[in-house]
Amino acid sequence: MQLELSEQDQEFRTQMREFFTTKVSPEIRDAVAEGRELTKEQIVEAQRTLNDAGYAVPHWPVEWGGQAWSDLQRHIWNEEMMAAAVPPPLAFNASMIGPVLAQFGSQELKERFLPATASLDIWWSQGFSEPDAGSDLASLRTRAVKDGDDWIVTGQKTWTTLGQHADWIFTLVRTDPDVKKQAGISMLLIDMTLPGVEVRPIELIDGGHEVNEVWFTDVRVPGDMLVGEVNQGWTIAKFLLGNERVGVAPVGSTKRSLARAKRLATESGLLSDPLYAARIAELENQLLALELTALRVVANSHNGAPHPASSVLKLKGTEIQQAVTELLVDVAGPGVLNGDGWESRATPAYLNMRKASIYGGSNEVQRQIIAKTILGL
Amino acid sequence: MDFTYTDEQDALRDAVRGLLTKSYSDFEKRRQATKAEPGYSEELWGRLAELGALSLPFAEEDGGAGAGWIETSVVAQEIGRVIAPEPYAVTVGLAGSLVAAVGTPEQRAEVLGAISAGERLVAVAHEEPGRRWKPSASDVKASQDGDSWTVDGVKAPVVQGARADLLVVSAVLPEGGTGLFLVEGDAEGVQREGHPTFEGGRAARITLTAARATPLGEAGVNRTAALATALDTARILVANEAIGIMEVALTMTTDYLKSRKQFGVTLNTFQALTFRAADMYVSLELATSVVQWATMVLEAGDPAAISAAARRSTLMVSRASRHIGQEAIQLHGGIGMTAEYAVGSYTSRLTAIDHLFGDGTFAAGALADGVAGYDALDPLA
Repeated sequence: MQLELSEQDQEFRTQMREFFTTKVSPEIRDAVAEGRELTKEQIVEAQRTLNDAGYAVPHWPVEWGGQAWSDLQRHIWNEEMMAAAVPPPLAFNASMIGPVLAQFGSQELKERFLPATASLDIWWSQGFSEPDAGSDLASLRTRAVKDGDDWIVTGQKTWTTLGQHADWIFTLVRTDPDVKKQAGISMLLIDMTLPGVEVRPIELIDGGHEVNEVWFTDVRVPGDMLVGEVNQGWTIAKFLLGNERVGVAPVGSTKRSLARAKRLATESGLLSDPLYAARIAELENQLLALELTALRVVANSHNGAPHPASSVLKLKGTEIQQAVTELLVDVAGPGVLNGDGWESRATPAYLNMRKASIYGGSNEVQRQIIAKTILGL
Repeated sequence: MDFTYTDEQDALRDAVRGLLTKSYSDFEKRRQATKAEPGYSEELWGRLAELGALSLPFAEEDGGAGAGWIETSVVAQEIGRVIAPEPYAVTVGLAGSLVAAVGTPEQRAEVLGAISAGERLVAVAHEEPGRRWKPSASDVKASQDGDSWTVDGVKAPVVQGARADLLVVSAVLPEGGTGLFLVEGDAEGVQREGHPTFEGGRAARITLTAARATPLGEAGVNRTAALATALDTARILVANEAIGIMEVALTMTTDYLKSRKQFGVTLNTFQALTFRAADMYVSLELATSVVQWATMVLEAGDPAAISAAARRSTLMVSRASRHIGQEAIQLHGGIGMTAEYAVGSYTSRLTAIDHLFGDGTFAAGALADGVAGYDALDPLA
């Protein structure tokens, strides 16, 4: 056992901190730090800054822009990025479709899409969930029927995050309705400007427009937009969702939010209330436990095999994240009803963050994973 | 940052586990040991000494093994796994670290050598009636007459205070501050009333009446800081013990859920129960991370950092041990309430540990007092 980072990792950490705090636009970082919504242009600008330095997709294969970092270095990169209030590279691009194309895509698909995916010249969205296929993803019904070389796609996707900004969508579609439900699924890349693609906004409880329905009405998709083999979609989805669970505990950003809540509570005098001080101390301690657990998982996930405890990170990570947004609402107090300022943003952020225990495999699904695969129940 | 044990530490774990399992894998043997005086097996204590387990944190020139607190914590976890009643953390961790920190070279060699060899049981007589977990003495006073010292007052509870051959007593010095003294267990003026505790341990109320005392280290020095660090050391060691206990309590519970049938099916058929077990696992993993980190902080040796780490691990373990202990009994149902079945005793021992050196509320209060003094925590700093 060793308490400190190695000298090399310590240097790496300093290098990351230096980059994130000096090279990314302060306007963007301030917006993230204060919980304001970013524009599409700001998200693109931040990712380009990272990509130009080689820090947008460090986990990709080296030939497509990856960095061959250790798991610990990737962890440090992620934490420092969040601590510096730098918006992370768009997950749909960097963590989802990018690694999938690098693993399963044809050479043509890789060359066409990977550089533009890393630089966010193409904005991807995810077309997995459907009204009756959330956690039970295999029940999806959007159909793709072969017509010559092309596929004709019909159906509806939902919860398509930031789909209003997207150029392309990677979808899971049913290509064989007559086999076991997992076996008849394929992955198609769909240009969202094609005729028959319609994006409809879903208004959420925070008053914002973050997610959408995407409707496909006889959309003609060229046959070469199939990823991997026909009916290989379930395998690809499992690969993608496995990647999604890496780095699921947002320690760095939650830590930043908690420190901010503490500063705001100090300014308003609330921190002298022993109940608030104790509540913050408890939250800090849980967050410390989470951070140390993330480090244990990183240290033990050699050769890319995730530590079984990564479900703990998702479960507890989102609970603490939610608790910190709840704390901010309470620190704001009656100010939650203000018309502007941080107090007015506290409640929408709290309501928005209710999603964290639902997405990425709901926390009930994580409990099921822990019970079954770790405890053998 | 690395959370893995070395091959040598793994070998130590295996050896200690082998020895402890031989003695206590049958829970009935543990019950017998706690029913007879002195509440633990003197023979097993001797074997732990032979194995070197009692000498791990002490320097070689003091008769110790010159290993460290990580090794000591490995033993503490194994003690916890079988809820062995041997007073490991209080003797090696609390008494031993005090003598190591404060004692003269001769005292260190004599006392730590005797602890290491398992020859003398050393207890710390520090708590006083009506107080809660202070690192100073209150009503027990030390008096000086030339070169000789005596102590007066009441110490309680003193874990293994009746059996102990030697006591390390904290007392208020004539000039103020808290001094530390060695007092022979059978010295004149030492009246010891031993009693069993709820979890099968032993404690005593010790009344000191002009009892002859030898200053530990240089006479007349205020040792509050040394006491505080020794108590923090003990806090981190019992946190390790609690991790061992919670691991087994969870395993017993999941095994039970897989085997016990109700309504014609095993209990793990019911999601309401498996989800609760999953939450126990989450508590255990988070507590384990903090305790391992705190142990590394202890090994690194900075008293202020040790103090903070001890508070953090105490808080984490207090919350986790109540959660896991209570759920372990609940998920077992009625059998969890019986003395013949082990799981209730695991919860009982967790509760004792929770109150030995300060519980979660105590730790949270201390952390809350300092919460305004920094921005965010950084365990990698």
